[in-house]
Amino acid sequence: MSTYQRPLALFWWLERRSYLLFVLRELSCVFVAWFVVYLLLLVNAISDGATSYEDFLDWSGQWWVVAINVIAMLFILLHAITWFGLAPRAMVIRLRGRRLPPTQVVAAHYLAWLVLSAIVAWLVLR
Amino acid sequence: MSRRPAPEPLLWMLFSSGGMVVALMVPILFFLFGIAFPLDLLSPPDHSHVFAILRNPFTRLVLFGLCALALFHWAHRFRFTLYDGLQLKRYAVPIVVLCYGGAVVGTVIAAAVLLTV
Repeated sequence: MSTYQRPLALFWWLERRSYLLFVLRELSCVFVAWFVVYLLLLVNAISDGATSYEDFLDWSGQWWVVAINVIAMLFILLHAITWFGLAPRAMVIRLRGRRLPPTQVVAAHYLAWLVLSAIVAWLVLR
Repeated sequence: MSRRPAPEPLLWMLFSSGGMVVALMVPILFFLFGIAFPLDLLSPPDHSHVFAILRNPFTRLVLFGLCALALFHWAHRFRFTLYDGLQLKRYAVPIVVLCYGGAVVGTVIAAAVLLTV
């Protein structure tokens, strides 16, 4: 027995704003992959020596690289915000037998985000 | 009732831990090295400083974990984006090979790059 499947338009996710946001969120993964490539290029340049590092800095200042990175940054932020927002639904944390309220789970994630970002920034910029 | 194939839970675990480390670590790294330094909003650290950070085995371990998990996060999400977003589920086999195979290759490259610092 086969079940009936409603035919879907190829671009079904353009029909509603919430569908579009869903697909944009899913597309953020492409920019996650780009970040890994970018990070490995940076690491490679740093280990090759001071000249390669300077070359990388020059290359990363070109307008099209900056443009890609700004778009990528927006997608990464969309990922982070939606990820933290869904966290209380993905994890149920009990403390002394009571369920931790969702807002506190979200707040804990943002706190961890702040602390880790501060550590990374301090390490790189000091 | 159909049973789920055995690797699915593991792949989902990798996706979900990847999503978490990406959300926590990538915004600041990308902001610094992808936007702030290239646009001269902040002056980039000199080579000896970043090299010293990178020589630390702990940094390289963290970066390796970040790269590997981020790649498996990409693989899993991209697979379902192709399935649903472009309705390509009939090409499931090549898509799975492309996504997870790509993540494995990328992880090996990341290990090689980070080990030869």
